[in-house]
Amino acid sequence: MGLSKVWVFGEAADGKVATITLEILAKARELSDDVTVIYGGGDAPAIAATLGAHGATSVLATGDLGGGLLGVAVASALAAVIAAGDGPAAILLGTTQDGRDVAGRLSVKIDAPVITNVVDLELAGDKIVGTEPVFGGVTNVKTTFTTDKPQIVLVRPKSFAAEPSGGAPAAVGVLAVPDLGATGGAKVTSRFVEEATGPKLDEAAVVVSGGRGLGESGNYALIETLAKLLKAAPGASRAIVDAGWVPYSYQVGQTGKVVKPSVYLAAGISGATQHLVGMKGSKNIIAINKDGEAPIFGVADLGIVGDVHKVLPKLIEALQARG
Amino acid sequence: MPEGAPDLGTMNVVVCVKQIPDPADPGALDPTTKTLKRDGKLILDESDSYGVEMALQLVAAAGGGEVSLVSMAPNNEVSGIRTALAMGAASAILVSDPALKGTDALGTAKVLAAAIARKSPDLVIAATESSDGYTGTVPAQIAEILGLPSVTFAKSVAIEGGVAKVQRQTEAGYDEVECPLPALVSVTAGVVEPRYPSFKGIMAAKSKPVDMLTVADLGIDAGRVGWAGGGQEIVDIVAAPARQAGEKFEDDGTAHERIIAFLENLKIL
Ligand SMILES: Cc1cc2nc3c(=O)[nH]c(=O)nc-3n(C[C@H](O)[C@H](O)[C@H](O)COP(=O)(O)OP(=O)(O)OC[C@H]3O[C@@H](n4cnc5c(N)ncnc54)[C@H](O)[C@@H]3O)c2cc1C
Ligand SMILES: Nc1ncnc2c1ncn2[C@@H]1O[C@H](COP(=O)(O)O)[C@@H](O)[C@H]1O
Repeated sequence: MGLSKVWVFGEAADGKVATITLEILAKARELSDDVTVIYGGGDAPAIAATLGAHGATSVLATGDLGGGLLGVAVASALAAVIAAGDGPAAILLGTTQDGRDVAGRLSVKIDAPVITNVVDLELAGDKIVGTEPVFGGVTNVKTTFTTDKPQIVLVRPKSFAAEPSGGAPAAVGVLAVPDLGATGGAKVTSRFVEEATGPKLDEAAVVVSGGRGLGESGNYALIETLAKLLKAAPGASRAIVDAGWVPYSYQVGQTGKVVKPSVYLAAGISGATQHLVGMKGSKNIIAINKDGEAPIFGVADLGIVGDVHKVLPKLIEALQARG
Repeated sequence: MPEGAPDLGTMNVVVCVKQIPDPADPGALDPTTKTLKRDGKLILDESDSYGVEMALQLVAAAGGGEVSLVSMAPNNEVSGIRTALAMGAASAILVSDPALKGTDALGTAKVLAAAIARKSPDLVIAATESSDGYTGTVPAQIAEILGLPSVTFAKSVAIEGGVAKVQRQTEAGYDEVECPLPALVSVTAGVVEPRYPSFKGIMAAKSKPVDMLTVADLGIDAGRVGWAGGGQEIVDIVAAPARQAGEKFEDDGTAHERIIAFLENLKIL
């Protein structure tokens, strides 16, 4: 039953496994009894227990890359394993910066296609069928592979629920990185972490997002204050990220984060399809927009046709009064 | 200076520009061929307008050189290319060929890479992802085919002494990355403010050279692109379960009370 062997591209920061990796592991262990996490970095022993507890049987890790970018190093290492005849039936990666780099580079090296933006997948025999939403999620396209190469699949965040399987710590093995030549030329010289307080955007139970309808940068404080009162994570539309009001890490949508909180409140956001794909999966959606025809109302459980500058201050005041 | 690095003072950049149906007028999937229907005029993908602007700024900063464009599109479509030429790019290569129908990201990368190779640029710029396809894999694929290092998700790019200094967007913030040229960089939206073409630019663009090439001109076997070359096929197109809209109110000064009641009902408050 299932696939003989599946690789999952694993990501972690500061010894903590990324949620997307745990989400993919939950699906991967349904597809195969032999799930190996592929990891670019030196701290695999620190995450082996978590990975095992989520269904990975082993971890293959490159070791410290000395500042070299992960994508090209991991892809080259995997291509070498595949060339040696030890390739998997499928490779699942998250739709992340490094996930896309690995998938793109590897697809060229093994001359195999990538099925991208997958939000669900199933097996038809030994072939993966991936579901990809198009047109802002109104239509789903199902795509499968017609070659016998390893099946490379890029999975969007929040497609599967992360859940422990209770497995033992994954055995850590070595993934040898071959000489990268010119392709390995890029080096990270320093890392900057934007300050973030409160719950993480893609993990929070409540998300409060603001858009261009807030009028000006300073008004984003309304969103932050409200978020604090609701123990929510503040989010944003791309319009105000591009305008420099808030950092990219706040962005919800196709090119930002995918969120599925129990409540999503959108204030002054029109509801462009690229925003909707990032938040449509929320359990409950509240929208405040002065334009009654705004597309955001098409997905809102509670729609308020009103001015954010009137509604938000009153809401904040009322919540503060409750203490 | 590393080998292969350009002479100081000139810098040749190739920008990948995708021409797409106007997002304001979204297309549909053709139920028989299962591809995006692309009737009507194509426009420059907004995502790529950032790359064009970035290239123009880098060439200006280098003090010389040229920005050229590569695009793959059906039916010899040039309207999007003309927009980028009007912004200030000098020339373009357009690959258009009936054999390209149904080409996937990998096939697209093979075609674009072959076109880019003709220009031997110091820097290749693409967008992180296109607005209509958004596979986000084409840039890394192009870099791999050309044997170049790449930095994807760039939110700032500067060239100093033959090295690209890039701020690469990460989940938590950004990484400062240094990359020797030649290289490929993919840029995020908002990285620069794309200029509006001036009237003079629009007029000049009409006579700028656009090299029309077929797959055969690039020495690519037609069997490696298009439907046949893809290695994947669409098996089904279904409507996604729609989300029902709920109640909608005009704010009469008590909207905040409704929101609080809604949150109480969900036990958030
Ligand atoms: C390739 C690509 C990827 C993209 N990815 C993303 C993404 O990841 N995330 C994303 O969000 N967008 C994304 N976009 C952009 C998207 O198309 C929209 O442009 C963007 O979401 C609009 O942001 P907005 O709703 O804040 O602004 P607008 O569309 O300008 O909407 C502002 C809204 O505020 C309302 N308003 C104005 N004043 C008030 C007031 N006083 N009170 C109440 N309401 C008011 C208006 O009625 C309007 O509906 C992407 C676009 C492309 C092309
Ligand atoms: N047909 C094309 N012509 C020119 N550039 C393209 C084409 N397809 C993709 N690209 C480039 O690759 C980027 C990423 O595309 P994608 O991988 O489809 O999301 C685009 O934003 C363009 O810069």
